[in-house]
Amino acid sequence: MDSLAGGNSPLHRLDPRAKLITTLFFIVTVVSFGKYTVLAFIPFFIYPVYLISAGGLPAKFILKKVLLVSPFAILLGIFNPVIDRETMVHIGEICVSGGWISFVSIILRFILTVTAALLLVALSGFNAVCEALTKLRVPRPFVVQLLFFYRYLFVLAEESNRMERARKTRTFHRGAMGFRAFVSLIGHLLLRTLDRSERIYRAMCSRGFDGHIRVSTAIKSGIIDHSFVVVWSILFIFFRVYNIPVELGEFIMEVF
Amino acid sequence: MSHHIVETRDLHYVYPDGTVGLDGVSFRITHGESVALVGENGAGKSTLLHHINGYLAATKGEIRVGDHKVTLKNMDVVRRSVGMVFQNSDDQLFMPTVFDDVAFGPLNMGLENEEVEKKVHEALETVGASHLRKRPPYRLSQGEKRAVAIATVLVMSPDILVMDEPTSSLDPMSRKRLIELLRTFRHTKIIATHDLDMAMDLSERTIVLHKGRITADGPTAQLFQDEKLLHQSSLEKPLRMQQCPYPHP
Repeated sequence: MDSLAGGNSPLHRLDPRAKLITTLFFIVTVVSFGKYTVLAFIPFFIYPVYLISAGGLPAKFILKKVLLVSPFAILLGIFNPVIDRETMVHIGEICVSGGWISFVSIILRFILTVTAALLLVALSGFNAVCEALTKLRVPRPFVVQLLFFYRYLFVLAEESNRMERARKTRTFHRGAMGFRAFVSLIGHLLLRTLDRSERIYRAMCSRGFDGHIRVSTAIKSGIIDHSFVVVWSILFIFFRVYNIPVELGEFIMEVF
Repeated sequence: MSHHIVETRDLHYVYPDGTVGLDGVSFRITHGESVALVGENGAGKSTLLHHINGYLAATKGEIRVGDHKVTLKNMDVVRRSVGMVFQNSDDQLFMPTVFDDVAFGPLNMGLENEEVEKKVHEALETVGASHLRKRPPYRLSQGEKRAVAIATVLVMSPDILVMDEPTSSLDPMSRKRLIELLRTFRHTKIIATHDLDMAMDLSERTIVLHKGRITADGPTAQLFQDEKLLHQSSLEKPLRMQQCPYPHP
């Protein structure tokens, strides 16, 4: 994701704060809809589509990342059709229950919000997002935690991969690991993590760490950044207040 | 400039679990000296290094760095004058980009942004890593990581350089480049290592540790001739002393 942030489109150059605020506003608006909303979400797709095309991002790559986390959303909504069986809509002969509608609503919500968040990182880079958070007065310890989490996620993944490989070379394809092996593996990973955090802390202390992380770059904000936030926010409110697909349908029906 | 010394007097350290780390270590390293610290695994090399920077506090005895005794009160001054390069570079590089990482120390020292920029540039130039400045540290190769880790320390202009196994996990070419680089430094150097050939290249003096005690302290070339001493510390003569052709860097 971070390598995508190295691009040079006008969207990449935008103040990360502007992108962060707009994304947050987008997410809040999308989440604020009722349980059975489906159609009203459609206009919102214009935002991610715009970001992908104007930012010159690889749509397939982003889509893959969204799919990667989709099991969570599916798990959240999968029982809705079972629990909520009351028929809500008839499409021709087919009766659609409220459960299915809320399930689709969850999936749409998920796609919109996750794509927006991913695009934020892809267009700004994780560090710039963290910097924007600091500039927006989010408490420093929180941002530092985020930065470290991101930095050592890779090291942790590498470490667990190595452990898993070491286990595999000695299990001779006897299938899944047993519970005891798993517990021990996780335990060791935790201990190693603790050791490493101790070493990192020492490295930080040796370079004068006093509880503050100072970052040297400055971010500037101009008229373009402000208008980006304002225009999109107005559009989101508009989409929230008016159910565009329904209004459009009624308008067409009236005309003909 | 005659005060870049490291001196220990009867240093003892016992780990919380009862393991003896150091058992009466005394030495004096003077300004500009380059000293190799050798010994078997668990001999107490890393334990000793951690005392120099105040990460571990001696159970008994004292340690002085420059004009200061290493105590909690003097920790800032001591850590500023001692630059420590860790064995695992991943522990040392924790910021999002190489530039931020090298700038971490100077920013903590309260330098102005322009000054920081200049210093970072110089440090990266010295280790030949200017082209990596925008890269995230976790994407670098081991050799590059080591070079950047050294830059993060150099940028603080330390008086004393302390290194834990600087050549471990480097390929032969990276190792050679590193040795050449370290050779150009005029700092007081303390290098813990198993790489005795490097010790011969860089250090005129060697201290041999064994079970937390100093078993020998003297000219490197002379000590490495002593097979019995080396054997006791689970070491072997450097390759070049075993009549192996060894390219001098």
